[in-house]
Amino acid sequence: MTDISYKITQMKSWLAAYDGPDISVMEVCGSHTAAISKYGISGLLSPKLHLISGPGCPVCVTPTGYIDRLIGLSMEADTTVVTFGDLIRVPGREKSLAEAKGEGASVVMVYSPMDILRLAKEKPAQHFVFAAVGFETTAPVYAMLMEQLVEEQIANVQLLTALKTMPPVIRWLCEHSGKIDGFLAPGHVAAVTGAELFIPLAKRYQMPFGVAGFGAEELLLAVYGTFRAVQQYRECGMAPTVKNYYPSVVTAQGNPCAKVLVEKYFEPCDALWRGIGVIEGSGRRLKSEYAGFDAGSELLMEDHKKNQACRCDQILMGRALPGDCPLFGTGCTPLHPQGACMVSEEGSCHQYLMFHRTR
Amino acid sequence: MCVALPGKVVEIYEKDALVDFNGNRVRAIAGLVPIAVGDYVLVHAGCILQKLSAGEAQDMIDLFEELEDAQ
Amino acid sequence: MSQEKKITMAHGSGGRATNDLIREIFAQEFSNPVLNAMEDAAVVPGNGKIAVTTDSFVVEPLEFPGGDIGRLSVCGTVNDLLMRGAVPKYITCGFILQEGLDMELLRRIVHSLAVTACEAGVEIVAGDTKVIEGKGGLLINTSGVGFVQEKLCVSAANCQIGDAILVSGYMGDHHAAILSQRMGICNTIQSDCAPLGEMVRALLEAGIDVHCLRDITRGGLGTVLKELAEASQVTMAIEEALIPVNAQVRDFCGLMGLDPLYMGNEGKLVAFVAQEDAGRACEILASCAYGAHAAVIGRVTDEEPGSAYVNTGIGGKRVLDVLFGEGLPRIC
Repeated sequence: MTDISYKITQMKSWLAAYDGPDISVMEVCGSHTAAISKYGISGLLSPKLHLISGPGCPVCVTPTGYIDRLIGLSMEADTTVVTFGDLIRVPGREKSLAEAKGEGASVVMVYSPMDILRLAKEKPAQHFVFAAVGFETTAPVYAMLMEQLVEEQIANVQLLTALKTMPPVIRWLCEHSGKIDGFLAPGHVAAVTGAELFIPLAKRYQMPFGVAGFGAEELLLAVYGTFRAVQQYRECGMAPTVKNYYPSVVTAQGNPCAKVLVEKYFEPCDALWRGIGVIEGSGRRLKSEYAGFDAGSELLMEDHKKNQACRCDQILMGRALPGDCPLFGTGCTPLHPQGACMVSEEGSCHQYLMFHRTR
Repeated sequence: MCVALPGKVVEIYEKDALVDFNGNRVRAIAGLVPIAVGDYVLVHAGCILQKLSAGEAQDMIDLFEELEDAQ
Repeated sequence: MSQEKKITMAHGSGGRATNDLIREIFAQEFSNPVLNAMEDAAVVPGNGKIAVTTDSFVVEPLEFPGGDIGRLSVCGTVNDLLMRGAVPKYITCGFILQEGLDMELLRRIVHSLAVTACEAGVEIVAGDTKVIEGKGGLLINTSGVGFVQEKLCVSAANCQIGDAILVSGYMGDHHAAILSQRMGICNTIQSDCAPLGEMVRALLEAGIDVHCLRDITRGGLGTVLKELAEASQVTMAIEEALIPVNAQVRDFCGLMGLDPLYMGNEGKLVAFVAQEDAGRACEILASCAYGAHAAVIGRVTDEEPGSAYVNTGIGGKRVLDVLFGEGLPRIC
């Protein structure tokens, strides 16, 4: 047996055999939720260990008012909305961009925001709006785009922003949930911000943060390490810290250049989270000197709750599991989503349904 | 959140670089981190966000052992 | 007509331009006694049980690495017939051309369709062409007829407990090739678009105890296994480490946030054969032109009727359901 597979066996036996008081760790990041299902990690855990899926899918937490505004723009003559694939099916109050496209709206799906530069140069008379959603990972990409727009004086491109940041929502979760004992911290956010982003949170709330990668073994290691850290805090009072389980990509400081560039173009603002509400200081918007590049992001404070029975807010807080919602899998499905957690492929409910995850 | 994959830098241009992912080649915006041909980098949405450090497999064993030592 | 470079509405008028189009493009490629008679319907010989299927093809771009809509529209229909253990014999082709379609492109696609029909051993016995307004696109519908060997029972409901599960090669190549074109990612991924007659024939002629065959198209292997588990009321248990995926496709999926298990193919099948025939069946598949990377990936069990799962590399268990949505690239 190789060294690594031996360690994996050891970790798995601990995770399966744990019989102490219940421990709940939240994976904040949607890609972690997807990876946990894909690798079958939740099935390796003893009934006393719980992985809770958090609000870290930027598409899921985008409020209906934002989608409606995008749809409005895409229906305007001479305007094209440019977006990542995952936003296309997310419903607004009435419909999604995909449905609007069927009615003649101009919507283009791209791999990179930079693709909008080529589109804008090819059709100088057309107005292009990028649906700028994302967390700290994606913000530098938009900042790089802004650099190009400013430098090349491109006038037919704007951003509609719904950018979010991690620390305020984690703070909010710690103060409102009451169910979380530790966090799997999003590895690609930390690649930009550095693992240090989570240190003040670990101290203030006395919770361990395990910065996790996305491969099967490295994710399992972070899951194991974070559960152990909670146990050690409880049993021996070992002060919870931030532990970097993704050192090939994540450093303590992250990417300083990316952070500076984001600060150059964006400033913090309050943000509306689908299914949750407004969280103070949890968003980013273009600074006023770049307001000309904003396609009207300021006024999008509507979040329409489609169905009063929807329990997304509780699920996003880790207070309820997808299966606890009366709509799960019946009134609310990936093809007819009612709430935030079902709308995107990485949403908790979507993942739980698709992978038949029950815990 | 945030799909990203490590790839290898094969060519560097003025503002971007050609990054190879097992034969998939993507022009990714560079400039946020110093890179050289042959480096492994993390690419997210067409942008190079970080340079990878070598020796990932060893890191994992070290991390596991650190955890066990702390008992 | 020979001078015209684009399809116009006149080509759909039913008059002179239509006749020219048919004579100069379609008749050039699709020539056989039945079709050449230019009758309103084909009358063809046949006997015993027949298998019938139809499929419509819409793909963007029309030509892609490894194939085109013409080749695709033969393979799709022929493979559906084969999956019932039928020998494909005749197909019909309906073309819906959009105004502005490039005549040379049409010529290439029609040629490719004819070549593929010949490879697959089917005769094109009826055809139709219409022109609609649009932006130079093309849609094709094909229907197919095949003859079923009397004794054979190859069906979605016939997967049996203990059967070995085999796939005929790499997963996801077609979807990855198409999406690479659309998303502007440079790679050498080729669509696997191919007729599967050779391998089906080889399996049956070798006397392999085949219980079920299914071509792995839209929705990918995950969707197919879940559907078959329900149809046969059995459990599909496969091993992640045994599923063949080309390294380039794997990384393409990583870049786009997609999963090879839910990516479509157009020239791959999954076969359920009696456990004792598994090794031989795999060798037979691997010896065929389109089966180079065939593998045994798991077996049918009785754990939970109607379910499918993968044993993952780290020893976890991942449940497979049908694909929801449409497999769009994502960032998050």
